[in-house]
Amino acid sequence: METTVHQFPPFRPADTHSGHGDHAHPEPGFWEKYIFSTDHKTIGIQYGITALLFMLFGFGLMLLMRWQIAHPGIPVPFIGPLLERVLGQVAAGGAISPELYNSFGAMHGTIMVFLGIVPLAFAAFGNYVVPLMIGAPDMTFPRLNMASFQAYFIGGLIMLVSFFIPGGAAQAGWTSYSPLATTIPTDGQLFWIIGMIFLITSSLLGAANFIATIIQLRAPGMTWMRLPWFVWTQFVTAFILLLAFPPLEAAAVMQLMDNVAHTSFFLPTGLAVGGQLANVSGGGSPLLWQHLFWFLGHPEVYVLILPAMGIVCEVIANNTRKPIWGYKSLVYAVLAVGFLSFIVWAHHMYLTGMGTKISTFFQATTMIISIPSVIILTCFFISLWGGSIRFNTPMLFALAFLPMFGIGGLTGLPLGFNVSDVHLHDTYYIIAHFHYVVAPGTIFALFAGVYYWYPKMTGRMMNEFWGRVHFWGSFVFMNVVFLPMFFQGMSGMLRRMSDGGANYSAAVNSKAGADAVGGLSDSILSLHTGILWGAMCLGIAQIPFIINVFWSIKHGEKVKNDNPWDATTLEWQTPTPPPHGNFTHEPQVHHGPYEYSVPGHAVDFIPQNEPAGPADKPLPATAH
Amino acid sequence: MSESHPVEYSAYVRRCVYVFIAVVCTTALMIGISFLPHYGWPAKVALILAVACVNAFVVAGFLMHLLSEKKMIYALLAFTVFFFAVLMGLTLWAMGDFPVGTQMH
Amino acid sequence: MEIPYTSKPRPDTGLYNAKLGIWLFLASEVMLFGGLFSAYVLLRVGAAPGEWPHGWLNVWLGTLNTVILALSAITTLLAWVACKVGNFRKFKFFHACTIALALTFLCVKMYEYHDKWIHYEIKMTDGRFADGHFESAVYVDQATHQEVEEHRYRGNAFSKVSEGVTHHYELESVTLEGRIVTDEKDLMDLRAQKHIEHGSVTVERAHIKSMENYGPWHNTFLAIYFTLTGLHALHILGGTLVIGYLWGPGRKMWATDPERFTNRIEISGLFWHFVDLVWIFLFPVLYLM
Repeated sequence: METTVHQFPPFRPADTHSGHGDHAHPEPGFWEKYIFSTDHKTIGIQYGITALLFMLFGFGLMLLMRWQIAHPGIPVPFIGPLLERVLGQVAAGGAISPELYNSFGAMHGTIMVFLGIVPLAFAAFGNYVVPLMIGAPDMTFPRLNMASFQAYFIGGLIMLVSFFIPGGAAQAGWTSYSPLATTIPTDGQLFWIIGMIFLITSSLLGAANFIATIIQLRAPGMTWMRLPWFVWTQFVTAFILLLAFPPLEAAAVMQLMDNVAHTSFFLPTGLAVGGQLANVSGGGSPLLWQHLFWFLGHPEVYVLILPAMGIVCEVIANNTRKPIWGYKSLVYAVLAVGFLSFIVWAHHMYLTGMGTKISTFFQATTMIISIPSVIILTCFFISLWGGSIRFNTPMLFALAFLPMFGIGGLTGLPLGFNVSDVHLHDTYYIIAHFHYVVAPGTIFALFAGVYYWYPKMTGRMMNEFWGRVHFWGSFVFMNVVFLPMFFQGMSGMLRRMSDGGANYSAAVNSKAGADAVGGLSDSILSLHTGILWGAMCLGIAQIPFIINVFWSIKHGEKVKNDNPWDATTLEWQTPTPPPHGNFTHEPQVHHGPYEYSVPGHAVDFIPQNEPAGPADKPLPATAH
Repeated sequence: MSESHPVEYSAYVRRCVYVFIAVVCTTALMIGISFLPHYGWPAKVALILAVACVNAFVVAGFLMHLLSEKKMIYALLAFTVFFFAVLMGLTLWAMGDFPVGTQMH
Repeated sequence: MEIPYTSKPRPDTGLYNAKLGIWLFLASEVMLFGGLFSAYVLLRVGAAPGEWPHGWLNVWLGTLNTVILALSAITTLLAWVACKVGNFRKFKFFHACTIALALTFLCVKMYEYHDKWIHYEIKMTDGRFADGHFESAVYVDQATHQEVEEHRYRGNAFSKVSEGVTHHYELESVTLEGRIVTDEKDLMDLRAQKHIEHGSVTVERAHIKSMENYGPWHNTFLAIYFTLTGLHALHILGGTLVIGYLWGPGRKMWATDPERFTNRIEISGLFWHFVDLVWIFLFPVLYLM
C-alpha cells in the first residue's frame, strides 16, 4: 500500500511492518492472533462478527414469529420439521406453540439488544475505532478487553444453549418481569439470568476500559474539544453502562435468589399461581424488579442509539466535505442525554399504579430529554445544508438514519405522556416506535459504519453496487415491516400475542358485534400478511450484504491509499490495516476533528495530525 | 498523601492508629445509639446512618486517601453518588406515591 | 507504540491507568451495592407493621467483624506504605496480617450463617410456634424401622420439612433449644423483649404443621441479609485471592518493577478499603436497625 502526500508524518507501508517495536516480537501463532488476542482491533472484529451472527439469529427468530402471527397454528414451511426435531414437543407438527412463541419473543429481544446491537455498536466499533481515533496504541487494559469479549461470548453461549434444554429458553419477555419470570416452571429463566450476569460483567469491564482509554490515552494535542464526536458518544455510552448496569446485576442476583433459593424479593404476600396460593414467604415487591430493570432499561436505549449517532456524525462530516455544524452543541447535547437518561426510566411504568405526582415528574423529564436529542438531529440536518454531498453507500445509510430515527423519536412523545400512554401501552404502536429507533435507526447507522470502516480493517472497499442494492432493499422493506404496526397499535392490537390478536379479537367481536371496543377489524389483522412478506424481503435484502462482506475481503477493490475517504480523523492516518500498536510513532494532534474544505488549503481536508504551518493559526473545531 | 512528597513511615503509622481508633469509636457509638431506650426507630435509624457516614468518611478520606485525590476522581464519584441517590430516591417516591383514592389494606 | 502511563501518572489527569480503572470499577460497585441497598430500603418500608425483624443477628459478632475488617484495612495501607519506603519485609508482614484477618472475618461469617441455618421455626398444628436452634431429632430409619436419635444437623434435605419424610428417614420428633410462642410477631422484635426464656422444646411429628430454618427463603429480611452479606463475602474472598497472589507468586515483580508493584498494592488496597466501606454500612443496617 502506498502512502500519500496527504499524510503527516508519512508512515511506513503496512506490509513491511512486522517486527516493529522496541524489541522484535515473535510472530504470534493462530490462537494468540485470532482467538486469545489482546489487540483491540482483533477484539473489535471478534465482537463485530459474533454480534452480526447473533443479529442474524435474532432476525431468524423474528421471521418465525411473524409467520406464526400471520398464520397462527399452521406449520412453518420448509423448516417446520427441523424445528420439531430440534426443539421437540413445543414445535409439535412443525407449528409454533404459544410457549415457543413466548421463548422466541423473549430471546429475540434479549439477543438483539444485549448480544447484537450493544456489542456491535459499543464494543465492536468502539474497540476498533476509538483507540485509533484518539491516537492510542491500544486500549488501556488489553487483557481486560479480552476477558470482556470472553465473558460476552460465554453469556451468548449460555443464551443459545437455553433453547435446547427441556422446557426451552426463557419465556417471560426480554424484560423478565417478576413474578412471571419466577413462576414459570422451566429452567429457561435460570439460563437467562446467568447469561445476563456474564453479559453485564462483560459490559462493565468494557465500559471501565473505554473510559480509562479515552481519559488516559489521548495523543498529545488531542484535547477534549478535538475529540471526534464518535468518541464523545462512546465515552457517554460507557458511563451509562458503567453506572446503570450494576443495579440490573443486583436485580439479576435477586431474581436468581428467587428462582434458586426460593426467596421472595419480587414475590408479594398472597401470590397465587395457577389458582393456588404459592408456597413462598412473600413480602417482596414485583415493582422493585421493574424499577431496577428500567433503571438500566431506559439508559440502555441511549446505549443503543448514541454510538449509532456517533457513526452517522463521522460519515456525514466526511461525505458533506464540510465541518459538522455545531460541534460544541453536539458535545453538550450528548452529555445532557447521558445525564438525563438516568432520570426518565419510570415512563415505562405508567400503568403500574404510580401516583400522579411521580408520573408527572417522569413525564416532564421524558419531554426534557427529547430536547438534546432534537439538537443532535438538527445539527446533522443543518450539516447537510450547502454541502457537496458524496452519495456513497455509507452516506446513504447515514442519511436514511436521520428520518428513520426522526420517526422513531417523534412517535415516542405520545408514549412519554402518561395520558396517551395508557391507550398505547403494550400495543404494536410501541413495537413500531422502538423498532424505528433501533432497526432502521441504529442498525442503518451500524451498516454505515461497516461500509465506512471496512477499508480500514481490510484494505479493500466493499462493492458499491451491491451496497446500494442492500441499502434500497433494506430501506424499503424496513418501512413495509414497521409502518403498518403504528396503525395496528393505534387500533388497540396488543403485543406478545402468539396469534397476533386474532383469538382475542374474535372473542370480543362475537360478544358485542363488530363495532366492539377492543375488537380489531379484518383490515387491521390482514396487515400481518404484508408485514410477513416485508420481513422475508428484508431478509433477502441482507444477502447482498453478507456476500459483499466476505467477497470483498479477497476481491474488493484495493484502497488507493491509507485514507480512501479523504478523512480528517486519526484512524485514517495509519497504515492499512493498522499494525499492532496502531501508529508507527506517536501522533501529534494539531487540528479539530472536522476541518473539511478549509479556505486557502490545497486539498479539501486537513488531517488532525497535520502540523500547523507557521503562518496558520489553529482553526477552531467549528469553522463555518 | 500525594505522590510528590516523601513518605514518612512513622507519621503514617500514627495516622493509621488514629483512623483505627476513630473507626472503633464510631462503631461503638452506633451500637450505643441502637440500644438507646425511648427513641423510635426513625430517629435511631437517622442517627445511626449519620454516624455510619462519618465512619465511611474517615475510611474513604484517609485510608483511600480520597481527601488528596485528583479532581477527576471527585467528578466520577459525585456522578456515582448522585445516580445512586436518584435510584434510591425516585424509586422510594414512586413506591410511596399512590393514585388518589387507592385503598390500602 | 507501547501503552503509556502504566505506572507513571499522566500529567494532565494526575493518574496512572490502573488507578483510574479501579476507581471506575468501584463506581460501578457502588451502584451494584446501591441496587441491593435500595431493595433493602423498599422491602423494609414495604413490610407490614411489626413484620420487620429486629435483633435477629448477633451484634457482638458483627462488631467483632467490623473491628477485624477495620484492622485489615489498616494493615493493607501499611503494606502499601512499606512498599513506598522500600521495606519489603514489613510489606510481607503486614499483608500476611491482612490475609489472616480476612480469613478470620470469613470464619466468623460462616459461623453466623451456620447459626441461622440450624435455627428453626416450627408452625404447630395448634397455631403456636416453636422457635429455636436445632438440638436433636428422632427419626425412624426406613430400612430397619428403628428409631435413631441424631444430634447432627441434616443439611439441606432437612431445611424445609414437609410431611416429615426425607429420603431415608421418617421424622418422629424434633428438639429445639428455644421457646414456644403463641403469636408469630413475638419472634420478630427480639430487641423489645427484655427476658427471653430458652429451654429445650420437643415437638412431636403430629404437631408439626410446617418447619423451616432461617435460610434466605424464610422471609425478606433473611433474603436480603444473605444476599448482601453473601455478595460482600464474595468480595472479601476475591480481595483475599488478589492480595494472596500479590503476597505470594506476584511478589516477583518487586525485583523487576518495584514502582508498578507498589501501584498494584495500592489499587488492591483501594478495593479492600471499599469492601470495608460496604461493611461499615452493612453492619448498622443489618445488625443494629
